[in-house]
Amino acid sequence: MSAKTYERQNPAFYALLVALVVMAVGPIVMMLTTSLKLNVDIMSDSASLLFMPTIRNYETALCDFLWYEAPHIDYCDKTFGRALVNSLIIALVSTVITLVIGCMAAYALVRFRFMGRDTVSLSTLAMRMVPPAVLLVPVFGIWTFQFQIDGTRAGIILVYVAMNLPFVIWILQSFIVQVPIQLEEAARMDGAGPFQVFFLVVLPLIKPGLAAAAIFTFRVAWNEFLLANALADRNSRTVPVTIVNSITEFDIDWGVIMATGMLLAIPPIIFTFVASRQIITGMTAGAVKG
Amino acid sequence: MQIANANRLTPYLFLAPAALVMTVALLYPIGYMIYASFLDWNPSQRIGEAEFVGLRNYINLLSDAAFLESFFVTLKFAAVVVSIEMVLGVGLALLLDRNIRGMSVLRTLFILPMMIAPIVVGLMWRYMYHPSVGIFNRTLKSLGFEPIPWLSDGSWAFASVVIADIWQWTPFIFILSLAALQSLPQSAMEAARIDGATGWRQIVYIKLPLMMPVLIVTLLLRLIDAFKVLEVILVLTNGGPGLSTEILSLRISRTASEFRELGEAAAMSNYLLILLVILTFAMFAYNKAVEARTARLRKAAQEGS
Repeated sequence: MSAKTYERQNPAFYALLVALVVMAVGPIVMMLTTSLKLNVDIMSDSASLLFMPTIRNYETALCDFLWYEAPHIDYCDKTFGRALVNSLIIALVSTVITLVIGCMAAYALVRFRFMGRDTVSLSTLAMRMVPPAVLLVPVFGIWTFQFQIDGTRAGIILVYVAMNLPFVIWILQSFIVQVPIQLEEAARMDGAGPFQVFFLVVLPLIKPGLAAAAIFTFRVAWNEFLLANALADRNSRTVPVTIVNSITEFDIDWGVIMATGMLLAIPPIIFTFVASRQIITGMTAGAVKG
Repeated sequence: MQIANANRLTPYLFLAPAALVMTVALLYPIGYMIYASFLDWNPSQRIGEAEFVGLRNYINLLSDAAFLESFFVTLKFAAVVVSIEMVLGVGLALLLDRNIRGMSVLRTLFILPMMIAPIVVGLMWRYMYHPSVGIFNRTLKSLGFEPIPWLSDGSWAFASVVIADIWQWTPFIFILSLAALQSLPQSAMEAARIDGATGWRQIVYIKLPLMMPVLIVTLLLRLIDAFKVLEVILVLTNGGPGLSTEILSLRISRTASEFRELGEAAAMSNYLLILLVILTFAMFAYNKAVEARTARLRKAAQEGS
């Protein structure tokens, strides 16, 4: 049986599939449609699929980036725009730093084997066990009183790098193990130093692993709320923090808040569609291969 | 000579940055937290000024009804959520493990809920649970039923939180068990088919036992994560009504920020950490025992043949 032939299934099976897809994607689609509605349409009792789509909510959220005057905005609230910039900087910088440091550590652990793989996977699991809520008190205390980097982007980046490192090292290890050592030996024969071997020979070969690690790191840094909330001040708030701040108010402006939620959700959604294979590899690498 | 030295130092050079960052921003804070749990400390004090109170925080917590309640809610939440998700996820994987067109698209769509920020997941569900504009109550009303107080009644609120979590995390178990199913040895399946095992028997006697190691790791990972859930509940109910959905993570963050009792929050964190450590080790021990048993069985089978 080749992979190209497909078995025919009975209709109930396809009905189940459709139901599952609707259930998985439905809430996301609903958020998208709500973000394209005026509040009048959101509140009205009529059928929820018939409405004039509008980008007004997005204009309100992103008002300080608009290059034109939107007629319906009388006061521009810059909070969200600033938060978006912060989120982007924090997520990108912490992803790059984590990958560089994590790669080097994973390589050292695999190739120079002075610690067993078991130690690393055990400590990865142990680190994964620590809930962010547990880090809340000490990180707040240390960052404020000892390092004095509370309220800065650098402070938030430092926590995210530390939080992500164990997982990144673990994932990259499983990819580096598969790089044939002969390749490296050949390179060394040709006179390459250890750093050259690493950057010119090993790194290009583990690109899929790097992609998976990058996506997971970015996602954690982009989505995290608790620690960012404790560490950020007015100028370094990230998007999740601003969203939570705006829903604790009594009256929720659903259109605008769904638009901000959608903007927060877009990067992960794009990653999912572009690199779903890498994501699944990353997710299954640890559990299935052991 | 110098080159040899450099070579010997290389691994440490490669490891140094990661070790440094993790020590400064992960190990040190955890140690700090253990120390802080013995202090009577509020956020306006430096840690040196806080009074050392020994085990008082821990003892106070044991008689604190609110803490015990949220500890219990956490356990209940984790147990309910993980068992429903395991059944659904593994069931779906067994059902959908077929050679069908569009499987990869399906998997892609299924990982969407996990990739989106928990804050946003909370937001979506809060909108859907909304008493007047939410889709659930609208549908109920248009069908002529009474609207349900999704988030404003204690036990409904718990159920709502559980439903949202199931939506978000069942795909995780589905994808891991599907991967496990597809990496099963074909020979075992074929042997079973030749011996005339029906679908159900294949599942119970062959597929599930062979998947067991993966399922246990999956269960463990999911269980750990279930204790970390915070944002979705924060957005949906903020722990209310009453304490019905106040899980431990939420209680820790409230104790630290609202009640300004950093020492007590640290002691709570330690209780949570101890719970997780026990669970992890129990799971590991079980896993090792199972592995040892299968190894023994395999050996016996080989000797017998």
